[in-house]
Formats: sequence, C-alpha cells, structure tokens
Amino acid sequence: MSKRTTLNRREFFSFLSVGWIAFAAAAGGMASLIFRFLYPNVVFEPAMDFVAGRPDDFDDGVDERWKNVYGVWVYKNEGKLVALSNICTHLGCVPTWLPAERKFKCPCHGSGYYANGINFEGPAPRPLERYKVNLDASGQIIVDKTKVFRYEKGEWTHPDSFIVV
Amino acid sequence: MKEFFNIYTDPVYSFTFVCIAFFFMIKYVDLVATKKFGIGLMIGTVVMFVLCFMDPVFSANFYMTNDNVPIIFLVLLLAWTTWFALYKGVNNDRRMAQGLPPIEATPENREKVWAWPNLVYTELFAIILGTVFLIGWAVFFKAPLEEPANPTWAPNPAKAPWYFLGLQEMLVYFDPWLAGVLLPGLIVVGLIAIPYIDVNPKGNGYYTFRERKFAIIVYLFCWLVLWNFLIIIGTVFRGPNWSFYGPFEVWDTHKVIAANNVNISEMLWINTLGVKLPSNILVREIAGILMTLAYLVLFPLFLTKKLFNFKGTFGAIFNGGFLGKRYLQRLGWARYSILIFLVLMTLTLPIKMYLRWLINLKYIVFMPEFEFNI
Ligand code: FES
Repeated sequence: MSKRTTLNRREFFSFLSVGWIAFAAAAGGMASLIFRFLYPNVVFEPAMDFVAGRPDDFDDGVDERWKNVYGVWVYKNEGKLVALSNICTHLGCVPTWLPAERKFKCPCHGSGYYANGINFEGPAPRPLERYKVNLDASGQIIVDKTKVFRYEKGEWTHPDSFIVV
Repeated sequence: MKEFFNIYTDPVYSFTFVCIAFFFMIKYVDLVATKKFGIGLMIGTVVMFVLCFMDPVFSANFYMTNDNVPIIFLVLLLAWTTWFALYKGVNNDRRMAQGLPPIEATPENREKVWAWPNLVYTELFAIILGTVFLIGWAVFFKAPLEEPANPTWAPNPAKAPWYFLGLQEMLVYFDPWLAGVLLPGLIVVGLIAIPYIDVNPKGNGYYTFRERKFAIIVYLFCWLVLWNFLIIIGTVFRGPNWSFYGPFEVWDTHKVIAANNVNISEMLWINTLGVKLPSNILVREIAGILMTLAYLVLFPLFLTKKLFNFKGTFGAIFNGGFLGKRYLQRLGWARYSILIFLVLMTLTLPIKMYLRWLINLKYIVFMPEFEFNI
C-alpha cells in the first residue's frame, strides 16, 4: 500500500483542534499581556480611606494637613467636623485655601467656595463634595472617600457626612 | 497712565471697546485698507509691545509661562493678516468698481508655472527655515522643568497652553458641558459647515470685501474679535485664582474681587420677590427657561424681520432684519436655519460674558439636580 499523503477525517480534526487551541492560547496570552499592560505597576493614588486623627487634634476652621496626601480638607465648625473633597466641582482642578479671605479659590476658572464648601462665585455649579467620616472604637476619625455626600441632593444632613464633636 | 490701562483693560470695558473698534474697522474699511494704515498698525503694535515690556511688572507676569512668547508673534501676525486681506480685498473692489478685473485675474497673474521646481523648492526652503527657527527657539527658550506631578495640588493660576486659553476663558462663563463639549463641538461643526452654508459664488480665487461682506463680518467677529479676545485675556490678564489683573498690576494672590455670582432664579425669588426658592424645579427656574425660549424664538425673528423703524446708525443695529428675506431666499430654509442656529449659539458667549460682568449672573437656567445649567 502506498503511503497516504492525505489526512483522514479523524486526523484532520485533531490537527484542526491542535491548531485552534494553539491559536487561542497565543491570542489569549497576548490579550492577557495587553490587559495587564492597562494596569500600572505602581499606583500613586492615595488610599481611599485613612485615619485622620482625633477630633480634638483639629482647631475650628479649615485644616490642610491631609490635603496634599489624601486630597481632603478637614473642616470643623459649630460642633461639626466634615471632610471636604479638594476637587473643584466645575472641572476638577484643585482649589487653594486662602486663609485671609476664608475661602477656597480655584486656580483654573476662578470658582470660589466658602470654608464649608458652598460655592458662591465663579462657574462651579455645586458645592464641594463631602466624604464619609466616622469615629472608630478608639475615637479616631476614619475618612472614607468611596462615599461622597452632595449638598444639592440634600445629603449633607446624612449622619455619615459629619461627626459631632 | 498705567493705572488707566489697568482699569480699562477690564473685559467689560475692553471687550466693548474692541467691538466698537471692529464696527468702525468695517465701517471705514477703505481707510483701514490703506498702506499708511497698515504700516501704522504694525509700528503701533511693535511700539505697544516695547512699551509694555519696559514695565517690569508686565514682563514678570508675561514670562511666568514660557509659552506666552509666541503670543507676541501671533499678535503681530494677527494684525498683519487681517490688514493684508482687507487691503487686497478693498483694492480689488476698487478695481472692479472701475470695470477692471481683480488683480488675481489679470493676464500676468494667470500665467501658469510648474509645481516642480517652483512650488516644491519654495516648500523645501520653508521647511528648512521653519526647522531652524524651531531649533533656535528650543535652544533659547527652555521648557520649564517643574516638580513631579501631584494630583492633590495645582499651580495657581493653572493655565492651559495659549491656544486653549480661549476655551479656558469660555469655561469661566459656562457649565463645563456647554463650554467644554457643546460649544467647541459647534465651533468645529460650524467651521466644517461654512462651505455648505455659504452659497455666494463671488470671491473665488480673488480677494474681495464688498462682494462677501456678510461672510467676512461674521467670520471676523467670531474669530478676530471673540476668539482672539478670549485668548489674549486668558494669556495676559488672568493671574492667581483666575482673577482679572491689569497689564501693569502685580499678581497678588490676595487681591479681593467681590464676585458673588447669583442665578436668575435667586435674583427673581430671593432678591426681587423676597421669598424662598420654590421647591419645584420648573417653577424655580421659570424665569430662566422663559428667557432662553424667548432668545431661541424672538431673536431669530429679530434677525429675519425688520421690527422697528429707527433712523441712522442706531436703526441699522436695532431695527432688526439683518439677514432678512434676502438670505432666507438665497440660502433656502435648511441652510438659513442652520446659519441662524450657529449665530444664536455664538452670541450666547458675548451675552453670557456681559451678564456675568454687569449683573454677576451665574446661570440663567440652573438645575444641578440634572447637571443641566445654562
Ligand atoms: S475647575 Fe475649578 S473653576 Fe473650573
């Protein structure tokens, strides 16, 4: 019998499967590489929740100590302590706290906010957002940035949006 | 003198002044389009820059951002190109009034040459010179090296590159959705639409002013007056906190500018009627909504129909019917309504600017509940 040069049906299918599996594996490997590439090796983002210290560490008014690390202003006034986001509600720049004028002022388009975060000048459409604040068992303030409270939705009365001090 | 400039460069004065100057430029275009005027304009601009830079405060503020330097060239180029086009156009108009063909149609100008080598060589030299210029520039004006980026800190003022400063200025007056998405989109769409809206066959291949008055005036207003004004304001006159600073004014971060902006709804309910804001959003914003609707309905009417009968220059501006039946017929309703729409959208910008400057208006319709603010 002469040597067969063509494949029978079974052989054809096993070749086909091997080929497809190899192709799928290569493509999948490639895709996973690309997918991995989308995520940075090092993340510089500040943590989403942090311990901010005790309520009596803070004086009345705006406190900037966590601003450059976590992007949060602690504002204490009339027995309430809140964590203000430092992201302008207009287009997301970082406003500056001007202690002499007692206001936040955005360097990008000039929006201004009172110390409590209410916008009063410039184009910002709504007040600064507030983050969730809690006291832990040892009396430390925990700021959780994953939960925001918006004034225009009436959320600033929510018990999680402030601490009574 | 410097005090005078510091006060009167405030946009509410300077924009008004620029608009009036533009009006006279068009009105006395024959005078503007003379060589004497052109030379005067260029010398005037250079002298202005020299005088400004002799002031230490001005140059200190100006060099704060290195990419301000091209602004000098650009202002010069701006003056020159505008004048040059008007000069050529008016010249041709004069020829055509005498029954001569436009300069570009004279036999010696219709003569044809080969693209190779005539054009290609010119392009080659332009490329080489351009490269030399850019290298020289890169050597002499170093890019500033700043500290590593920090997401929780922003420089003050935070300025975009100069070519975006018009946009950034627009954002001062509008909600980001409008100034950052809708209006820039419309600018692009509008520019693309120009050849389809403009059915005037005149002026193909030659400069003219008289035959394309409408197109030239509208374009020059949008570009020369509005857009460049915004860029120049953003570049030279905006300092810390994005506040306005005169050209010879020290950038003091603590300059206090009372800018308590209010919405139309607050003006109506709180300031005028003395009651609390109604809780129903539509009732609360009714004044703004009605004003917006009136603008979208009455203003096109004003543009199309002659509504009043004043005399003289005043009448020319306020009688209405600029575009009139003439344009409606010539363009057809589809083109005409697109044109009107684009004009309406463009004019929202100066309107909103004046409202902000004069009555400290923030938003006409203010619905943060739906992230919808006009
Ligand atoms: S981002 Fe703050 S004012 Fe525009």
